[in-house]
Amino acid sequence: MRVKHLVLSAALAAAVGVPAMATSAPAQEGIYVPLFTYRTGPFAGSGIPIADGMRDYLNMLNERDGGINGVKLIIEECETGYDTKKGVECYEAVKGKNPVMVNPYSTGITLQVIPKAAVDKIPVLSMAYGLSASADGTVFPWIFNPPATYWDGASVFIKHAAQVEGGLDKLKGKKIGLVHLDAPYGKEPIPLLEALAKEYGFELKLYPVPAADMQNQSSLWLGVRRDRPDWIYLQGWGAMNPTAVKEAAKINFPMNRLVGVWWAGGDDDARPAGDGGKGYSTLDFHAVGTDFPVIQDILKHVVDKGMSQVASKDKVGENLYNRGVYNSMLIAEAIRNAQQITGKKVVNGEDTRRGLEALNITEARLKEMGAEGFAAPVKVSCTDHNGHHKVFVAEWDGKKWVKKSDWMEPMRDKVRPLIEAAAKDYAEKNTGWPKRTEACDKSS
Amino acid sequence: MFYREAGQFKTTYEADQAIFPIRQDRIGIGVILAIAFIVIPLFGNDFLINAVMIPFLIFSLAAIGLNLLTGYTGLLSLGTGAFMGVGAYACYKLTSAFPDVNILICILGGGFVAAAVGIVFGLPSLRIKGFYLAVATLAAQFFLDWCFIRVPWLVNYNASGAIEVPLRTLFGVPITGPTAAPATRYLLVLSLVVVMTWMASNLVHGRIGRMWMAVRDMDIAAELIGIRLLPTKLTAFAVSSFYCGVAGAMMVFLWYGGAEAEVFSINLSFTVLFMVIIGGLGSLIGSYFGAALIFILPIVLRLAPTTLGVSINAATIEHLTFMIVGALIILFLIVEPHGLARLWQIGKQKLRVWPFPY
Repeated sequence: MRVKHLVLSAALAAAVGVPAMATSAPAQEGIYVPLFTYRTGPFAGSGIPIADGMRDYLNMLNERDGGINGVKLIIEECETGYDTKKGVECYEAVKGKNPVMVNPYSTGITLQVIPKAAVDKIPVLSMAYGLSASADGTVFPWIFNPPATYWDGASVFIKHAAQVEGGLDKLKGKKIGLVHLDAPYGKEPIPLLEALAKEYGFELKLYPVPAADMQNQSSLWLGVRRDRPDWIYLQGWGAMNPTAVKEAAKINFPMNRLVGVWWAGGDDDARPAGDGGKGYSTLDFHAVGTDFPVIQDILKHVVDKGMSQVASKDKVGENLYNRGVYNSMLIAEAIRNAQQITGKKVVNGEDTRRGLEALNITEARLKEMGAEGFAAPVKVSCTDHNGHHKVFVAEWDGKKWVKKSDWMEPMRDKVRPLIEAAAKDYAEKNTGWPKRTEACDKSS
Repeated sequence: MFYREAGQFKTTYEADQAIFPIRQDRIGIGVILAIAFIVIPLFGNDFLINAVMIPFLIFSLAAIGLNLLTGYTGLLSLGTGAFMGVGAYACYKLTSAFPDVNILICILGGGFVAAAVGIVFGLPSLRIKGFYLAVATLAAQFFLDWCFIRVPWLVNYNASGAIEVPLRTLFGVPITGPTAAPATRYLLVLSLVVVMTWMASNLVHGRIGRMWMAVRDMDIAAELIGIRLLPTKLTAFAVSSFYCGVAGAMMVFLWYGGAEAEVFSINLSFTVLFMVIIGGLGSLIGSYFGAALIFILPIVLRLAPTTLGVSINAATIEHLTFMIVGALIILFLIVEPHGLARLWQIGKQKLRVWPFPY
């Protein structure tokens, strides 16, 4: 009896003791890049390939070049499980270790981190997710979301639909459905689609999927069968995507009219539907496959050495894996810029913010990076933290994603005013939102 | 040896009936309060305050709220998450409608709105009991959850459907929003939690608490000795929801700094319920123990490998944490089915007679 109580009280004592001593990590020589990842939980299916891609590219830089300009990158993953609570905890845990930026990889966590970024002087790179309005650099100097916002994505989807239908005027009277996760992430495209519906005269139908029912969508697709929309845009994530694609195949929805946002374009999203998934399309802003020097380098320096966590080698080059690689390319380029601008070797969050603002990846630079044809050039400026870059439509051929359309320009003229209005609205609602005090660098 | 009351004579009924009749207990409470109010804000780092202490206190308050209902009155509720949500959304609406009103009043106001909603959903408790009541409160959870997602008015027509916490000050010091210092927010949370725990303690030791416990132990007997069931149960629902509502409002305004409806899902209800069960039904200190075990222990487990210098993958740590916490919960419940509070009591009893147990 005595021993038992001793053990119990020791456990309790430990529970109170450890957090107090933790987190005061030693300041190592290097650039600390925390990665918020989720390899557990309901969204792990999408989260694992991205986490692998992000990690492997940065590791590759360490292995091949010894880091960036000779400074090693210290990579640390923090598991969020796509849970806002744990994400905030991760943020608090990495805050004190002088991170160059955070990649929240969840719209929910991004929303929590946005107000803190300016206070803690840590830039947030929410690559093509997060708050669309944060593309406005004058209101959100610390938040970056290149290469495109959800609103850009939705506008490209409409453009694509119009192209297939034969012109924007042909959209009149059509029904366009939006199957979306019932969370901030899923709701993001609604304002733009509503605005476009008014303009082009199509009818917008919303099909929200509650997070708890992600894998149980049969009733929703019954509704889809009843309404018979001409096009469906899928803004889903995690287990929701494969379920939606399978259900769409089951009700014989014409698959080439089901278009997913870039986050609904995992290989494992389309594969479970089998042959029925052929023709399912997704938006994308980088290529798939391993036929790029950069991916080959990852295979050579990281995967073959057993330093990667990928389950098997053929997962390298999948769509979401390459998404992770692309994300890390932006991180690395921002750090490189920051080093160039400040002349320092070991940069901090403030320097990287300037580096991000000077982000300008040209064709020539892409070639140097070994990523020619992998992605379109990206340029971010002081006022435009997104760039609204081109995206394309890829189609699932039953085995892999195939580029189907050309690179398409988003409807910048429709998106930008909405972004500026939303940013202003955000700043107004959050009384005391700080005015931008950070000066713009000349190079940007 | 040190923990015994020999020589402490009570000369008044008041002293005899005090909540902490033993001097050592009073000293202990004083020390804990001193650490909480002085040592932690002065010496704690941001992580300890922001990611450990603030959430721990908020969860403790929510657990106290549920404990008043489930532990003291015997009404099982699965709607805690939703009631916390009501508090948060109500507080948000109040502070956006009246930006000049002190945020503390808004937080308490959120609690009162939650109490009103709790009364409405508590009405069926007169007729239905036990598991059936749990299902009825589950309905409250789902309905309110649905409201949080579906009623854009609640989030002031925000496109992303999330609450964004504006800057509010108290005596000129920012207490909500990103510029608020962690220590300020912590002290505010701590003060509210301490005051409300003290109030709860007075409640359960007084007439109302005795009525609740009578209803819990046998409602027919309680009715026979003249306790009116409906008002008793409804006050339990109201007070419990008030506590949960305040906890929810603090969660969004003083911890997260913004929230989506997802935060107040059924998972939150279960988390708080587990805290209450593991901590000890019908015990205020048990609520703190439960919150510590369920909330702080996983954080400790996650941090332990890095602190000890062992490198394990983040995902593996997460899986291990799940397993260890699960095993510990089962272990604690096997060792003492009445919760950690009972363990604490046994431990104190043993200490009193140590080193000569009889």
